Amino acid sequence: MSVTQNLPPGHEPEPWLEPGHTYASVTDKIASVVLTRPLGIGWLAGFALAFGIVMVLNLAIGWLIIQGVGIWGINVPIGWGFAIVNFVWWIGIGHAGTLISAILYLLNQKWRTSINRFAEAMTLFAVACAGLFPLIHTGRPWMAYYMFPYPSTMGVWPQFRSPLIWDVFAVSTYGTVSLMFWFVGLLPDLATLRDRAKSRWQQVIFGMLSMGWRGSARHWHRYQVAYLLLAGLATPLVLSVHTVVSFDFATGIVPGWHTTIFPPYFVAGAIYSGFAMVLTLAIPLRKAYGLEGFITLRHLEQMAKVMLATGLIVAYGYFIEFFMAYYSGNKFDVFLAQQRLHGPYAPFYYALILCNILTPQLLWFKKVRRNIPALFVMSLIINTGMWLERFVIVVISLTRDFMPSAWGRYSATVWDYATFVGTLGLFTMLIFLFVRGLPAIAISEMRELVHQESHGDEGHQ
Amino acid sequence: MSERRSLLFGVMGEFSTPEDLLAATKKSREAGYKHIEAYTPFPIEGLSDAVGFRGFRSNLVALLTLMGGVGGGLAGFGLQYWVAGIAYPLNIGGRPLNSWPAFIPVTFELTVLGASIFAVFGMLALNKLPQPYHPVFNVERFSQASTDKFFLCIEARDPKFDLAETSKFLQSLHAQHVNEVKDEE
Repeated sequence: MSVTQNLPPGHEPEPWLEPGHTYASVTDKIASVVLTRPLGIGWLAGFALAFGIVMVLNLAIGWLIIQGVGIWGINVPIGWGFAIVNFVWWIGIGHAGTLISAILYLLNQKWRTSINRFAEAMTLFAVACAGLFPLIHTGRPWMAYYMFPYPSTMGVWPQFRSPLIWDVFAVSTYGTVSLMFWFVGLLPDLATLRDRAKSRWQQVIFGMLSMGWRGSARHWHRYQVAYLLLAGLATPLVLSVHTVVSFDFATGIVPGWHTTIFPPYFVAGAIYSGFAMVLTLAIPLRKAYGLEGFITLRHLEQMAKVMLATGLIVAYGYFIEFFMAYYSGNKFDVFLAQQRLHGPYAPFYYALILCNILTPQLLWFKKVRRNIPALFVMSLIINTGMWLERFVIVVISLTRDFMPSAWGRYSATVWDYATFVGTLGLFTMLIFLFVRGLPAIAISEMRELVHQESHGDEGHQ
Repeated sequence: MSERRSLLFGVMGEFSTPEDLLAATKKSREAGYKHIEAYTPFPIEGLSDAVGFRGFRSNLVALLTLMGGVGGGLAGFGLQYWVAGIAYPLNIGGRPLNSWPAFIPVTFELTVLGASIFAVFGMLALNKLPQPYHPVFNVERFSQASTDKFFLCIEARDPKFDLAETSKFLQSLHAQHVNEVKDEE
C-alpha cells in the first residue's frame, strides 16, 4: 500500500530521485563522470592543492621519524596531545559511511542509496587518516607489528586486558570490513563501467576489478545474501568501534575520562561528525558534477535531521558529565568540571559548546535545513566542534589531574599542525581521486530505485 | 578467432523490462527447460527462484558466514585464553588469569571479521568469481545487461534444447532479440 495515496493532493512526499529518470539515464549520468568527462581546471587545481598538502604530511612524518615524537608538543604529563585528538576525530568521521550503508540498509531507508557509496569511501579514507596517528605516535612506526599477537623470539605477547589492544583489533577489523563492504557494493558498478568503457586501458582495469561479474540471477542472489549479512555484521561493528575508542579513556582513572557515559556519547558524537563530513562533501560534489537530481534537497534535509538528533545526544552527554561530577561528590571530578569552565583552556570549552550545542539548534527550522550554504557552513562548524570536544577531553583532563605538582600545560608545535593539516590534505586528495576514478553513487542501486519509484513502491519512510 | 572451433553455449533472448523477463523465465521453466539463467542490471525479486535456484544451495553463503563467525569468535577467545593464561601468564595482584570479561571486545571483533571475510569470499567463490571469460560476453548486445536490458539464456546442455525450437520459443515470449551464444574452445 503506497503511503502517497493516503495524503491529500499537494502533500505527497518529494521523490528521492528527480522524476523522469530511466535505468539508462542514471547509468549514463553517473558513469560519465568516471569514463568520459574531461578533467576540469577545478579538479586539477583542487587535486594539486591537496597533493601539495600531502607533501607537507610527508615532510612532517619524515622529520618525526628522524627526530622522534619530541618534535610535538607532548611531554609529561600530557603524553597524548594532537595525535590522539586527531585519531579520535578521524575515526569518528569514519562512522557515517558504514552507518549509512549498514544501519540505513537494514532499516530500508531509501535515501541512503544516493549517498552510501561516497560516504563509504569517506569512511575508508578517514580510517586511513585515523590509523596513521597511533602508528606515528608510537615514535617507531616500523615496530607497530609488536601490537599484533605473533610468536616472537622474545616470548612476549600483547596484553589483551588493555583497551589499547582492543583498539588495534577494533580499528583494523573496522577498516577491513568497511573495505570489503565497499568493494562488494562496487562490484556490479565496476561491471557497468567495464561494459561502457571506450578506451582500452579503462576496459582492462575495470575488467579486472569487476572480476567478470555478469549479473546472473544466481550471482545476484548470493550477492544480496552476502550484502545483507555484511550490513547486519557491520551494524554492531560500527557501534563497537567508537565504544572501544571511548574505553581507551573510560577505563583510565583520570578525572573526566572515568565515566560510564563515554561509550554511547562517543558513538553519538561519531555519527554527528560523520554526517557533518558527508554534508561537507556532498554539497560541493552534487554541484560540481550536476548530481542534484540524485542527491536532492530532501537528502540534505534528512542528514540535517540526523545531525540534530545526534547533536542532542552529545549535548546530553556534556550535561551528564557535569551532573555526575557534582552528584558523585568526587572532588577531583568537581575540580575538573570547574577547570573546563574557568581553567586555562576554558575558551576551547566555550567554543565547543557554541559549535556543537548552540549553533546546531538552528536545524530545528526547516528553512535552515533546506538552505544549502547554511548547511555547508553548519557542517564545518560541527566538525570544528567535534575536534574541540576531543581536545577538551584529552588535554584538559591530562593537564590538571590529582596532584598540583604533576600539573602541566600543553601547546601544539608547528609539526603537530603540519601533521594534522597534512592528513586533511591526504583525505581531500583521496576524495578527489575517488570521485573521478570510481562511481561516486551506487549505479545498480539507483537503477533499483528507478524500478521502485516507477512502481509506486514507497518502502518505509 | 575463425580458426577456433566454436561451440554453441545456448540461446539468449533480450527483454526491456524486468516484468517481461520474469514472466518469460517462469514460462521457460513451465515449458520444461532446466538449465536457464537470467542476467539483469539490478537484482529482481523472485528471479533466482524462477530460474530454479532455491533450497539449500541458495543458502550456502549464509551457512559459510555463520561458520566464519563461529570460527572467528572461538579463535579469538582461544587466542586470548592461551596468551593470557598459558603462554605469557602475568600475576597481577592475584587476579584470575582467565579474565574473560576483558577478552570480550577482541572476541567480538574477530567474530565479525571472520563472518565478514567468509561472507565476501564465500560469495565470490560460490559465484566462481573472478572469471574473466564467460560465453555470454560473446553476444554483442550483452553489454547492455549492465545498463538497462534484461536477458534470458537457455543453455545448450539442457536436454530439451534445440536451436531452432528454443529460438522460436524465446520469440514466442516476446523477446526483442534472440541471439545464439557461442563458446570458443
